[in-house]
Amino acid sequence: MTIADTTELPARSDAGQGPVFDADEERRARKKRIEGIAKYVIPLAVMSIAIWYWDRIVVWNEIEPYILPRPGLVLQTLIEDWGTLSASLLITLQITGLALGVAVIGGVGLAIIFSLSRYAEMSFSPFAVILQVTPIVSIAPLIFIYIESRMVGLLLCAWIVAFFPILANTTLGLKSADHNLRDLMTIYRANRWQRLRYLQLPSALPYFLGGLKIAGGLALIGAVVAEYVAGTGGIGTGLAFRILEAGYRLQIPRMFAALILIAVTGVIIYATTSLIAHLALRKWHESALKRD
Amino acid sequence: MSVAPLGQRAPILHMREIDKTFTGGVVALRRMSLEVNEGDFISLLGPSGCGKSTALRLIAGLMPPTLGRIEWEGGQGAGDLGVVFQEPTLMPWATVEQNVWLPFRLRGQSLASVREKIVEALALVGLEKFAKSYPRELSGGMKMRVSIARALVTRPRLILMDEPFAALDEITRQKLNDDLLSLKAKTGATVIFVTHSVFESVFLSDRILVMAARPGRVIREFQIDAPYPRGMEWRTAKEYGEIARETSDTLHGALAPEAAE
Ligand SMILES: Nc1ncnc2c1ncn2[C@@H]1O[C@H](COP(=O)(O)OP(=O)(O)OP(=O)(O)O)[C@@H](O)[C@H]1O
Ligand SMILES: [Mg+2]
Repeated sequence: MTIADTTELPARSDAGQGPVFDADEERRARKKRIEGIAKYVIPLAVMSIAIWYWDRIVVWNEIEPYILPRPGLVLQTLIEDWGTLSASLLITLQITGLALGVAVIGGVGLAIIFSLSRYAEMSFSPFAVILQVTPIVSIAPLIFIYIESRMVGLLLCAWIVAFFPILANTTLGLKSADHNLRDLMTIYRANRWQRLRYLQLPSALPYFLGGLKIAGGLALIGAVVAEYVAGTGGIGTGLAFRILEAGYRLQIPRMFAALILIAVTGVIIYATTSLIAHLALRKWHESALKRD
Repeated sequence: MSVAPLGQRAPILHMREIDKTFTGGVVALRRMSLEVNEGDFISLLGPSGCGKSTALRLIAGLMPPTLGRIEWEGGQGAGDLGVVFQEPTLMPWATVEQNVWLPFRLRGQSLASVREKIVEALALVGLEKFAKSYPRELSGGMKMRVSIARALVTRPRLILMDEPFAALDEITRQKLNDDLLSLKAKTGATVIFVTHSVFESVFLSDRILVMAARPGRVIREFQIDAPYPRGMEWRTAKEYGEIARETSDTLHGALAPEAAE
Protein backbone atom coordinates (compact mmCIF):
# COMPACT_ATOMS: atom_id res chain seq x y z
CA MET A 1 0.00 0.00 0.00
CA THR A 2 1.28 3.42 -0.86
CA ILE A 3 0.16 6.65 0.58
CA ALA A 4 -0.18 9.28 -2.09
CA ASP A 5 0.98 12.80 -1.55
CA THR A 6 -1.85 15.23 -1.35
CA THR A 7 -1.98 17.20 -4.54
CA GLU A 8 -0.22 20.51 -4.40
CA LEU A 9 -2.52 23.42 -3.95
CA PRO A 10 -1.69 26.76 -5.55
CA ALA A 11 0.15 29.01 -3.14
CA ARG A 12 -2.12 31.37 -1.26
CA SER A 13 -1.49 34.31 0.92
CA ASP A 14 -3.66 34.52 4.02
CA ALA A 15 -1.96 37.57 5.43
CA GLY A 16 -4.31 40.32 6.55
CA GLN A 17 -7.36 38.85 4.86
CA GLY A 18 -9.44 37.92 7.85
CA PRO A 19 -11.82 34.99 7.54
CA VAL A 20 -12.33 33.71 4.03
CA PHE A 21 -15.82 32.45 3.24
CA ASP A 22 -16.73 30.28 0.34
CA ALA A 23 -19.58 31.14 -1.99
CA ASP A 24 -21.99 28.74 -0.38
CA GLU A 25 -21.42 30.17 3.11
CA GLU A 26 -21.86 33.68 1.70
CA ARG A 27 -25.14 32.69 0.11
CA ARG A 28 -26.33 31.06 3.31
CA ALA A 29 -25.45 34.12 5.37
CA ARG A 30 -27.20 36.44 2.94
CA LYS A 31 -30.30 34.25 2.95
CA LYS A 32 -30.33 34.27 6.73
CA ARG A 33 -30.05 38.06 6.84
CA ILE A 34 -32.87 38.50 4.35
CA GLU A 35 -35.08 36.03 6.19
CA GLY A 36 -34.38 37.85 9.43
CA ILE A 37 -35.81 41.07 8.00
CA ALA A 38 -38.58 39.40 6.03
CA LYS A 39 -39.84 37.73 9.20
CA TYR A 40 -41.12 41.11 10.36
CA VAL A 41 -41.69 42.95 7.08
CA ILE A 42 -43.77 40.37 5.21
CA PRO A 43 -46.51 39.81 7.80
CA LEU A 44 -46.80 43.57 8.34
CA ALA A 45 -46.98 44.27 4.62
CA VAL A 46 -49.56 41.57 3.93
CA MET A 47 -51.64 42.70 6.89
CA SER A 48 -51.51 46.32 5.66
CA ILE A 49 -52.53 45.32 2.16
CA ALA A 50 -55.43 43.27 3.53
CA ILE A 51 -56.68 46.21 5.59
CA TRP A 52 -56.29 48.57 2.66
CA TYR A 53 -58.20 46.16 0.45
CA TRP A 54 -60.97 45.92 3.07
CA ASP A 55 -61.18 49.71 2.99
CA ARG A 56 -61.30 49.75 -0.82
CA ILE A 57 -64.02 47.10 -0.98
CA VAL A 58 -66.23 49.23 1.24
CA VAL A 59 -65.55 52.36 -0.81
CA TRP A 60 -65.80 50.74 -4.27
CA ASN A 61 -69.05 48.96 -3.47
CA GLU A 62 -70.46 51.84 -1.43
CA ILE A 63 -71.25 49.49 1.46
CA GLU A 64 -73.13 51.12 4.33
CA PRO A 65 -71.20 51.34 7.64
CA TYR A 66 -73.92 49.35 9.46
CA ILE A 67 -73.14 46.43 7.15
CA LEU A 68 -69.37 46.70 6.85
CA PRO A 69 -67.56 49.69 8.37
CA ARG A 70 -64.31 51.02 6.99
CA PRO A 71 -61.18 50.20 9.07
CA GLY A 72 -60.75 53.88 9.90
CA LEU A 73 -64.23 54.01 11.37
CA VAL A 74 -63.52 50.92 13.47
CA LEU A 75 -60.40 52.55 14.83
CA GLN A 76 -62.32 55.76 15.53
CA THR A 77 -65.01 53.78 17.40
CA LEU A 78 -62.33 51.98 19.36
CA ILE A 79 -60.95 55.32 20.52
CA GLU A 80 -64.33 56.95 21.17
CA ASP A 81 -65.74 53.97 23.06
CA TRP A 82 -62.48 53.19 24.86
CA GLY A 83 -64.07 53.91 28.25
CA THR A 84 -66.72 51.19 27.95
CA LEU A 85 -64.61 48.81 25.91
CA SER A 86 -61.56 48.97 28.16
CA ALA A 87 -63.69 48.25 31.24
CA SER A 88 -65.08 45.20 29.48
CA LEU A 89 -61.63 44.18 28.28
CA LEU A 90 -60.41 44.28 31.85
CA ILE A 91 -63.16 41.93 32.95
CA THR A 92 -62.51 39.47 30.13
CA LEU A 93 -58.82 39.60 30.98
CA GLN A 94 -59.54 38.98 34.65
CA ILE A 95 -61.67 35.94 33.91
CA THR A 96 -59.14 34.58 31.44
CA GLY A 97 -56.20 35.16 33.77
CA LEU A 98 -57.93 33.72 36.83
CA ALA A 99 -59.18 30.70 34.91
CA LEU A 100 -55.71 30.08 33.54
CA GLY A 101 -54.19 30.42 37.00
CA VAL A 102 -56.63 27.96 38.53
CA ALA A 103 -56.17 25.64 35.54
CA VAL A 104 -52.41 25.65 36.11
CA ILE A 105 -52.77 24.87 39.80
CA GLY A 106 -55.54 22.31 39.24
CA GLY A 107 -53.97 20.72 36.18
CA VAL A 108 -50.50 20.39 37.65
CA GLY A 109 -51.88 19.31 41.04
CA LEU A 110 -54.04 16.62 39.52
CA ALA A 111 -51.20 15.48 37.24
CA ILE A 112 -48.96 15.06 40.29
CA ILE A 113 -51.67 13.05 42.05
CA PHE A 114 -52.04 10.90 38.92
CA SER A 115 -48.30 10.29 38.82
CA LEU A 116 -48.31 9.26 42.48
CA SER A 117 -51.18 6.85 42.09
CA ARG A 118 -52.18 4.88 39.02
CA TYR A 119 -55.51 4.17 40.69
CA ALA A 120 -56.26 7.85 41.11
CA GLU A 121 -55.56 8.27 37.40
CA MET A 122 -57.83 5.38 36.47
CA SER A 123 -60.58 6.79 38.70
CA PHE A 124 -60.54 10.43 37.67
CA SER A 125 -59.19 10.69 34.15
CA PRO A 126 -62.59 9.66 32.65
CA PHE A 127 -64.12 12.76 34.24
CA ALA A 128 -61.39 14.95 32.83
CA VAL A 129 -61.89 13.46 29.37
CA ILE A 130 -65.69 13.85 29.51
CA LEU A 131 -65.34 17.49 30.53
CA GLN A 132 -62.90 18.02 27.72
CA VAL A 133 -64.85 16.40 24.90
CA THR A 134 -68.22 17.94 25.80
CA PRO A 135 -68.53 21.32 24.07
CA ILE A 136 -68.49 24.10 26.62
CA VAL A 137 -71.58 25.78 25.08
CA SER A 138 -73.61 22.72 26.01
CA ILE A 139 -72.45 22.62 29.63
CA ALA A 140 -72.51 26.37 30.23
CA PRO A 141 -76.31 26.83 30.49
CA LEU A 142 -76.42 24.27 33.30
CA ILE A 143 -73.54 25.92 35.06
CA PHE A 144 -75.36 29.24 35.05
CA ILE A 145 -78.46 27.60 36.48
CA TYR A 146 -76.60 26.05 39.40
CA ILE A 147 -74.14 28.80 40.10
CA GLU A 148 -75.51 32.00 41.47
CA SER A 149 -72.59 34.29 40.80
CA ARG A 150 -72.18 35.16 37.14
CA MET A 151 -68.47 35.79 37.61
CA VAL A 152 -67.88 32.39 39.21
CA GLY A 153 -69.88 30.73 36.44
CA LEU A 154 -67.77 32.39 33.77
CA LEU A 155 -64.62 31.41 35.59
CA LEU A 156 -65.72 27.82 35.83
CA CYS A 157 -66.46 27.64 32.09
CA ALA A 158 -63.10 29.15 31.15
CA TRP A 159 -61.39 26.84 33.62
CA ILE A 160 -63.00 23.70 32.21
CA VAL A 161 -61.61 24.31 28.73
CA ALA A 162 -58.21 25.54 29.87
CA PHE A 163 -57.41 22.88 32.38
CA PHE A 164 -57.36 19.75 30.24
CA PRO A 165 -54.31 20.48 28.05
CA ILE A 166 -52.34 21.33 31.15
CA LEU A 167 -53.44 18.16 32.92
CA ALA A 168 -52.84 15.93 29.90
CA ASN A 169 -49.45 17.38 29.02
CA THR A 170 -48.15 17.50 32.57
CA THR A 171 -49.28 13.93 33.23
CA LEU A 172 -47.41 12.78 30.15
CA GLY A 173 -44.36 14.86 31.13
CA LEU A 174 -44.19 13.45 34.65
CA LYS A 175 -44.12 9.94 33.17
CA SER A 176 -41.51 10.69 30.55
CA ALA A 177 -38.44 10.96 32.77
CA ASP A 178 -35.44 9.03 31.46
CA HIS A 179 -35.59 5.46 32.77
CA ASN A 180 -31.87 5.34 33.60
CA LEU A 181 -32.23 8.50 35.66
CA ARG A 182 -35.14 6.86 37.44
CA ASP A 183 -32.92 3.87 38.23
CA LEU A 184 -30.24 6.24 39.45
CA MET A 185 -32.76 7.80 41.83
CA THR A 186 -33.54 4.32 43.18
CA ILE A 187 -29.86 3.48 43.57
CA TYR A 188 -29.27 6.69 45.50
CA ARG A 189 -32.37 5.96 47.58
CA ALA A 190 -34.36 9.04 46.67
CA ASN A 191 -37.74 9.24 48.37
CA ARG A 192 -41.00 9.91 46.52
CA TRP A 193 -40.80 13.64 47.06
CA GLN A 194 -37.17 13.92 45.89
CA ARG A 195 -37.96 11.90 42.81
CA LEU A 196 -40.74 14.32 41.98
CA ARG A 197 -38.76 17.43 42.80
CA TYR A 198 -35.44 16.57 41.16
CA LEU A 199 -36.47 14.33 38.28
CA GLN A 200 -40.13 14.29 37.31
CA LEU A 201 -41.00 17.97 37.59
CA PRO A 202 -38.01 19.17 35.53
CA SER A 203 -38.69 16.45 32.95
CA ALA A 204 -42.31 17.58 32.77
CA LEU A 205 -41.52 21.27 32.41
CA PRO A 206 -41.33 21.38 28.58
CA TYR A 207 -44.56 19.40 28.34
CA PHE A 208 -46.29 21.64 30.86
CA LEU A 209 -45.22 24.78 29.00
CA GLY A 210 -46.55 23.32 25.75
CA GLY A 211 -49.87 22.76 27.51
CA LEU A 212 -49.79 26.28 28.93
CA LYS A 213 -49.52 27.77 25.43
CA ILE A 214 -52.65 25.94 24.33
CA ALA A 215 -54.49 26.59 27.59
CA GLY A 216 -53.89 30.36 27.39
CA GLY A 217 -55.79 30.60 24.13
CA LEU A 218 -58.48 28.21 25.31
CA ALA A 219 -59.07 30.17 28.52
CA LEU A 220 -59.86 33.24 26.44
CA ILE A 221 -62.19 31.27 24.18
CA GLY A 222 -63.88 29.77 27.23
CA ALA A 223 -64.34 33.18 28.83
CA VAL A 224 -65.87 34.65 25.67
CA VAL A 225 -68.11 31.70 24.82
CA ALA A 226 -69.40 31.43 28.37
CA GLU A 227 -70.37 35.06 28.32
CA TYR A 228 -72.44 34.55 25.19
CA VAL A 229 -74.31 31.83 27.03
CA ALA A 230 -74.63 33.82 30.25
CA GLY A 231 -76.16 36.67 28.26
CA THR A 232 -77.05 40.05 29.67
CA GLY A 233 -77.69 41.07 33.19
CA GLY A 234 -75.71 41.67 36.29
CA ILE A 235 -72.70 43.79 36.69
CA GLY A 236 -69.30 43.14 35.20
CA THR A 237 -69.79 42.61 31.50
CA GLY A 238 -66.93 41.47 29.32
CA LEU A 239 -66.14 41.97 25.66
CA ALA A 240 -68.44 39.21 24.45
CA PHE A 241 -71.36 41.00 26.01
CA ARG A 242 -70.32 44.22 24.26
CA ILE A 243 -70.39 42.40 20.94
CA LEU A 244 -73.86 40.99 21.61
CA GLU A 245 -75.13 44.34 22.78
CA ALA A 246 -73.68 46.20 19.79
CA GLY A 247 -75.21 43.55 17.51
CA TYR A 248 -78.69 44.16 18.90
CA ARG A 249 -78.27 47.87 18.36
CA LEU A 250 -76.72 47.45 14.92
CA GLN A 251 -73.57 49.27 16.07
CA ILE A 252 -71.46 47.28 13.66
CA PRO A 253 -68.27 49.39 14.02
CA ARG A 254 -68.38 48.74 17.73
CA MET A 255 -68.72 45.02 17.14
CA PHE A 256 -65.58 45.17 15.06
CA ALA A 257 -63.76 47.22 17.68
CA ALA A 258 -64.59 44.68 20.41
CA LEU A 259 -63.64 41.85 18.08
CA ILE A 260 -60.26 43.41 17.42
CA LEU A 261 -59.66 43.76 21.15
CA ILE A 262 -60.39 40.06 21.66
CA ALA A 263 -58.06 39.07 18.82
CA VAL A 264 -55.27 41.28 20.11
CA THR A 265 -55.75 39.86 23.61
CA GLY A 266 -55.42 36.34 22.21
CA VAL A 267 -52.23 37.22 20.40
CA ILE A 268 -50.76 38.84 23.50
CA ILE A 269 -51.61 35.81 25.64
CA TYR A 270 -49.96 33.51 23.11
CA ALA A 271 -46.88 35.70 22.87
CA THR A 272 -46.60 35.86 26.66
CA THR A 273 -46.88 32.11 27.21
CA SER A 274 -44.40 31.51 24.39
CA LEU A 275 -41.98 33.94 25.96
CA ILE A 276 -42.34 32.25 29.35
CA ALA A 277 -41.65 28.89 27.73
CA HIS A 278 -38.62 30.25 25.92
CA LEU A 279 -37.15 31.85 29.04
CA ALA A 280 -37.69 28.75 31.13
CA LEU A 281 -36.15 26.36 28.62
CA ARG A 282 -33.55 28.36 26.75
CA LYS A 283 -30.62 27.04 28.76
CA TRP A 284 -31.15 23.37 28.11
CA HIS A 285 -34.11 22.25 26.05
CA GLU A 286 -33.87 21.40 22.35
CA SER A 287 -36.96 23.42 21.47
CA ALA A 288 -35.35 26.62 22.70
CA LEU A 289 -31.90 26.09 21.22
CA LYS A 290 -30.71 27.82 18.11
CA ARG A 291 -28.81 25.56 15.76
CA ASP A 292 -25.52 27.22 15.07
CA MET B 1 -3.66 3.74 46.09
CA SER B 2 -2.07 0.35 45.85
CA VAL B 3 -4.20 -2.74 45.61
CA ALA B 4 -3.38 -6.11 47.11
CA PRO B 5 -2.48 -8.84 44.61
CA LEU B 6 -5.24 -11.12 43.35
CA GLY B 7 -6.13 -13.74 45.91
CA GLN B 8 -5.22 -11.56 48.91
CA ARG B 9 -7.99 -9.01 48.68
CA ALA B 10 -10.74 -8.55 51.21
CA PRO B 11 -14.19 -9.45 49.89
CA ILE B 12 -16.80 -6.69 49.72
CA LEU B 13 -19.71 -8.41 48.00
CA HIS B 14 -20.93 -11.97 47.59
CA MET B 15 -23.36 -13.17 44.94
CA ARG B 16 -24.45 -16.62 45.99
CA GLU B 17 -26.11 -18.96 43.52
CA ILE B 18 -28.18 -16.27 41.89
CA ASP B 19 -31.05 -17.25 39.63
CA LYS B 20 -33.17 -14.69 37.84
CA THR B 21 -36.24 -15.79 35.89
CA PHE B 22 -38.44 -13.10 34.39
CA THR B 23 -42.21 -13.40 34.24
CA GLY B 24 -42.77 -15.09 30.91
CA GLY B 25 -40.11 -17.64 31.66
CA VAL B 26 -36.87 -16.12 30.35
CA VAL B 27 -34.06 -17.50 32.49
CA ALA B 28 -31.72 -14.50 32.44
CA LEU B 29 -29.26 -15.92 34.97
CA ARG B 30 -28.68 -19.38 36.36
CA ARG B 31 -26.55 -20.17 39.39
CA MET B 32 -24.32 -17.19 39.12
CA SER B 33 -21.87 -16.89 41.98
CA LEU B 34 -19.36 -14.13 42.26
CA GLU B 35 -17.15 -12.81 44.99
CA VAL B 36 -16.13 -9.21 44.48
CA ASN B 37 -12.98 -8.19 46.33
CA GLU B 38 -11.70 -4.78 47.21
CA GLY B 39 -9.73 -3.39 44.28
CA ASP B 40 -10.98 -5.89 41.71
CA PHE B 41 -11.54 -4.76 38.17
CA ILE B 42 -13.99 -7.36 36.93
CA SER B 43 -15.25 -7.53 33.36
CA LEU B 44 -18.44 -9.36 32.47
CA LEU B 45 -17.95 -10.47 28.89
CA GLY B 46 -20.54 -12.26 26.85
CA PRO B 47 -22.88 -12.22 23.90
CA SER B 48 -26.03 -10.13 23.81
CA GLY B 49 -28.75 -11.46 26.06
CA CYS B 50 -26.52 -13.48 28.37
CA GLY B 51 -27.66 -11.56 31.43
CA LYS B 52 -24.82 -9.07 31.97
CA SER B 53 -27.12 -6.12 32.53
CA THR B 54 -29.39 -8.29 34.63
CA ALA B 55 -26.46 -9.17 36.89
CA LEU B 56 -25.61 -5.49 37.36
CA ARG B 57 -29.23 -4.57 38.06
CA LEU B 58 -29.40 -7.28 40.69
CA ILE B 59 -26.24 -6.01 42.36
CA ALA B 60 -27.58 -2.46 42.20
CA GLY B 61 -30.69 -3.62 44.03
CA LEU B 62 -32.96 -2.49 41.20
CA MET B 63 -34.70 -5.85 41.35
CA PRO B 64 -34.52 -8.89 43.62
CA PRO B 65 -33.08 -12.24 42.51
CA THR B 66 -35.49 -15.13 42.04
CA LEU B 67 -33.25 -17.42 44.04
CA GLY B 68 -30.00 -16.94 45.90
CA ARG B 69 -28.61 -14.04 47.88
CA ILE B 70 -26.50 -10.95 47.36
CA GLU B 71 -24.64 -9.86 50.47
CA TRP B 72 -22.51 -6.85 51.13
CA GLU B 73 -19.67 -7.34 53.54
CA GLY B 74 -20.67 -5.21 56.54
CA GLY B 75 -23.96 -4.18 54.94
CA GLN B 76 -24.60 -1.66 52.20
CA GLY B 77 -24.54 2.02 53.07
CA ALA B 78 -25.81 4.97 51.08
CA GLY B 79 -23.19 6.00 48.55
CA ASP B 80 -21.54 2.58 48.56
CA LEU B 81 -22.49 2.16 44.95
CA GLY B 82 -21.76 4.21 41.85
CA VAL B 83 -23.29 3.43 38.48
CA VAL B 84 -22.38 4.39 34.93
CA PHE B 85 -24.87 3.49 32.21
CA GLN B 86 -24.35 3.07 28.49
CA GLU B 87 -25.71 6.58 27.98
CA PRO B 88 -24.31 9.45 30.03
CA THR B 89 -27.72 9.78 31.75
CA LEU B 90 -27.26 13.37 32.87
CA MET B 91 -30.05 15.72 33.81
CA PRO B 92 -30.13 18.15 30.87
CA TRP B 93 -31.60 20.97 32.96
CA ALA B 94 -28.77 20.90 35.46
CA THR B 95 -25.17 22.04 35.13
CA VAL B 96 -22.27 19.59 35.25
CA GLU B 97 -21.64 20.51 38.86
CA GLN B 98 -25.28 20.03 39.84
CA ASN B 99 -25.32 16.66 38.10
CA VAL B 100 -22.33 15.47 40.08
CA TRP B 101 -23.92 16.86 43.22
CA LEU B 102 -26.99 14.60 42.82
CA PRO B 103 -25.93 11.71 45.12
CA PHE B 104 -25.20 14.18 47.92
CA ARG B 105 -28.24 16.29 47.22
CA LEU B 106 -30.47 13.27 47.69
CA ARG B 107 -28.92 12.82 51.12
CA GLY B 108 -29.77 16.41 51.99
CA GLN B 109 -26.26 17.81 51.66
CA SER B 110 -25.91 21.33 50.28
CA LEU B 111 -23.78 22.11 47.25
CA ALA B 112 -21.47 24.31 49.32
CA SER B 113 -20.79 21.59 51.84
CA VAL B 114 -19.63 19.08 49.22
CA ARG B 115 -18.17 21.43 46.61
CA GLU B 116 -14.64 20.27 47.38
CA LYS B 117 -15.54 16.67 46.63
CA ILE B 118 -17.29 17.67 43.43
CA VAL B 119 -14.32 19.72 42.25
CA GLU B 120 -12.04 16.82 43.07
CA ALA B 121 -14.18 14.32 41.16
CA LEU B 122 -14.37 16.65 38.15
CA ALA B 123 -10.61 17.12 38.28
CA LEU B 124 -10.16 13.34 38.24
CA VAL B 125 -11.98 13.17 34.92
CA GLY B 126 -10.36 16.35 33.64
CA LEU B 127 -13.45 18.53 33.56
CA GLU B 128 -12.87 20.99 36.39
CA LYS B 129 -13.24 23.89 33.95
CA PHE B 130 -16.71 22.77 32.89
CA ALA B 131 -18.47 22.80 36.26
CA LYS B 132 -20.93 25.47 35.14
CA SER B 133 -21.59 24.08 31.66
CA TYR B 134 -24.79 22.38 30.65
CA PRO B 135 -24.60 18.80 29.29
CA ARG B 136 -25.64 19.93 25.81
CA GLU B 137 -22.47 22.00 25.57
CA LEU B 138 -20.30 18.90 25.99
CA SER B 139 -19.22 16.21 23.55
CA GLY B 140 -20.29 12.60 23.99
CA GLY B 141 -16.98 11.66 25.61
CA MET B 142 -17.12 14.59 28.00
CA LYS B 143 -20.66 13.72 29.05
CA MET B 144 -19.46 10.21 29.81
CA ARG B 145 -16.72 11.69 31.99
CA VAL B 146 -19.29 13.67 33.93
CA SER B 147 -21.22 10.47 34.42
CA ILE B 148 -18.07 8.80 35.74
CA ALA B 149 -17.39 11.75 38.03
CA ARG B 150 -20.88 11.42 39.45
CA ALA B 151 -20.32 7.70 40.07
CA LEU B 152 -16.99 8.42 41.78
CA VAL B 153 -17.91 11.41 43.85
CA THR B 154 -19.23 9.52 46.87
CA ARG B 155 -16.09 7.33 46.87
CA PRO B 156 -18.24 4.21 46.52
CA ARG B 157 -17.01 0.77 47.50
CA LEU B 158 -18.16 -0.54 44.14
CA ILE B 159 -18.71 1.03 40.72
CA LEU B 160 -20.92 -0.71 38.17
CA MET B 161 -20.43 0.18 34.52
CA ASP B 162 -22.74 -1.21 31.83
CA GLU B 163 -21.03 -0.86 28.43
CA PRO B 164 -20.17 2.73 29.25
CA PHE B 165 -18.12 3.44 26.15
CA ALA B 166 -20.00 1.32 23.62
CA ALA B 167 -21.61 4.31 21.95
CA LEU B 168 -18.38 6.29 21.56
CA ASP B 169 -15.94 6.38 18.69
CA GLU B 170 -12.80 4.25 18.83
CA ILE B 171 -10.38 7.08 19.65
CA THR B 172 -12.49 8.51 22.46
CA ARG B 173 -13.06 5.03 23.74
CA GLN B 174 -9.35 4.23 24.00
CA LYS B 175 -8.68 7.53 25.71
CA LEU B 176 -11.44 6.88 28.22
CA ASN B 177 -10.11 3.37 28.83
CA ASP B 178 -6.68 4.81 29.62
CA ASP B 179 -8.24 7.44 31.86
CA LEU B 180 -10.38 4.87 33.61
CA LEU B 181 -7.28 2.93 34.55
CA SER B 182 -5.48 5.98 35.87
CA LEU B 183 -8.61 6.82 37.85
CA LYS B 184 -8.59 3.34 39.26
CA ALA B 185 -4.93 3.72 40.17
CA LYS B 186 -5.64 7.00 41.95
CA THR B 187 -8.76 5.95 43.79
CA GLY B 188 -8.31 2.20 44.21
CA ALA B 189 -11.90 1.81 43.05
CA THR B 190 -13.50 -1.60 42.68
CA VAL B 191 -15.23 -1.92 39.33
CA ILE B 192 -17.56 -4.33 37.59
CA PHE B 193 -17.47 -3.51 33.92
CA VAL B 194 -19.81 -4.94 31.30
CA THR B 195 -18.53 -5.10 27.75
CA HIS B 196 -18.91 -6.86 24.43
CA SER B 197 -15.30 -6.30 23.54
CA VAL B 198 -12.68 -8.93 24.29
CA PHE B 199 -9.86 -6.40 23.88
CA GLU B 200 -11.43 -3.86 26.17
CA SER B 201 -11.90 -6.45 28.88
CA VAL B 202 -8.35 -7.78 28.60
CA PHE B 203 -6.92 -4.28 28.59
CA LEU B 204 -8.85 -3.10 31.62
CA SER B 205 -9.50 -5.91 34.00
CA ASP B 206 -7.70 -8.28 36.30
CA ARG B 207 -10.65 -10.66 36.31
CA ILE B 208 -12.75 -11.56 33.27
CA LEU B 209 -15.94 -13.53 33.66
CA VAL B 210 -16.97 -15.03 30.32
CA MET B 211 -20.68 -15.61 30.16
CA ALA B 212 -22.93 -17.61 27.87
CA ALA B 213 -26.61 -17.19 27.07
CA ARG B 214 -29.75 -19.32 27.34
CA PRO B 215 -29.59 -19.67 30.22
CA GLY B 216 -27.28 -16.82 31.23
CA ARG B 217 -24.36 -18.20 33.22
CA VAL B 218 -20.67 -17.76 33.88
CA ILE B 219 -18.66 -20.32 31.95
CA ARG B 220 -15.11 -19.35 32.80
CA GLU B 221 -13.06 -16.87 34.78
CA PHE B 222 -9.70 -15.51 33.64
CA GLN B 223 -7.33 -13.78 36.00
CA ILE B 224 -4.79 -11.37 34.63
CA ASP B 225 -1.75 -10.55 36.77
CA ALA B 226 -0.35 -7.77 34.61
CA PRO B 227 0.30 -4.85 36.94
CA TYR B 228 -1.45 -1.48 36.85
CA PRO B 229 -1.03 1.16 35.60
CA ARG B 230 -1.37 -0.38 32.18
CA GLY B 231 -0.77 1.55 29.01
CA MET B 232 0.45 1.15 25.47
CA GLU B 233 3.06 -1.41 26.52
CA TRP B 234 0.28 -3.67 27.83
CA ARG B 235 -1.67 -3.34 24.59
CA THR B 236 1.35 -4.58 22.68
CA ALA B 237 2.49 -7.21 25.20
CA LYS B 238 2.65 -10.86 24.15
CA GLU B 239 0.61 -11.95 27.16
CA TYR B 240 -2.13 -9.50 26.20
CA GLY B 241 -2.50 -11.15 22.80
CA GLU B 242 -2.49 -14.63 24.29
CA ILE B 243 -5.16 -13.88 26.85
CA ALA B 244 -7.25 -12.10 24.25
CA ARG B 245 -7.02 -15.14 21.97
CA GLU B 246 -7.97 -17.56 24.72
CA THR B 247 -10.81 -15.38 25.97
CA SER B 248 -12.09 -15.04 22.46
CA ASP B 249 -11.94 -18.81 21.93
CA THR B 250 -13.91 -19.42 25.10
CA LEU B 251 -16.49 -16.87 24.03
CA HIS B 252 -16.89 -18.37 20.59
CA GLY B 253 -16.87 -21.91 21.91
CA ALA B 254 -19.86 -20.91 24.00
CA LEU B 255 -21.57 -19.42 20.97
CA ALA B 256 -21.38 -22.61 18.91
CA PRO B 257 -24.19 -24.82 20.30
CA GLU B 258 -22.52 -28.21 19.77
CA ALA B 259 -19.39 -27.08 21.60
CA ALA B 260 -21.45 -26.01 24.58
CA GLU B 261 -22.98 -29.43 25.11
N1 LIG C 1 -37.38 -6.78 32.43
C1 LIG C 1 -37.27 -7.90 31.71
N2 LIG C 1 -38.35 -8.70 31.49
C2 LIG C 1 -38.25 -9.82 30.75
N3 LIG C 1 -37.12 -10.27 30.20
C3 LIG C 1 -36.00 -9.53 30.37
C4 LIG C 1 -36.02 -8.32 31.13
N4 LIG C 1 -34.78 -7.79 31.12
C5 LIG C 1 -34.02 -8.65 30.42
N5 LIG C 1 -34.74 -9.70 29.96
C6 LIG C 1 -34.22 -10.84 29.19
O1 LIG C 1 -33.19 -11.41 29.92
C7 LIG C 1 -32.12 -11.79 29.10
C8 LIG C 1 -30.84 -11.12 29.56
O2 LIG C 1 -30.95 -9.72 29.35
P1 LIG C 1 -29.77 -8.71 29.69
O3 LIG C 1 -30.27 -7.35 29.37
O4 LIG C 1 -29.28 -8.95 31.05
O5 LIG C 1 -28.70 -9.15 28.63
P2 LIG C 1 -27.27 -8.47 28.33
O6 LIG C 1 -26.26 -9.53 28.53
O7 LIG C 1 -27.12 -7.22 29.09
O8 LIG C 1 -27.42 -8.17 26.78
P3 LIG C 1 -26.83 -6.93 25.97
O9 LIG C 1 -25.41 -7.25 25.72
O10 LIG C 1 -27.64 -6.96 24.69
O11 LIG C 1 -27.06 -5.71 26.77
C9 LIG C 1 -32.52 -11.41 27.69
O12 LIG C 1 -33.01 -12.55 27.03
C10 LIG C 1 -33.62 -10.41 27.88
O13 LIG C 1 -34.54 -10.48 26.82
MG1 LIG D 1 -27.04 -5.08 28.57
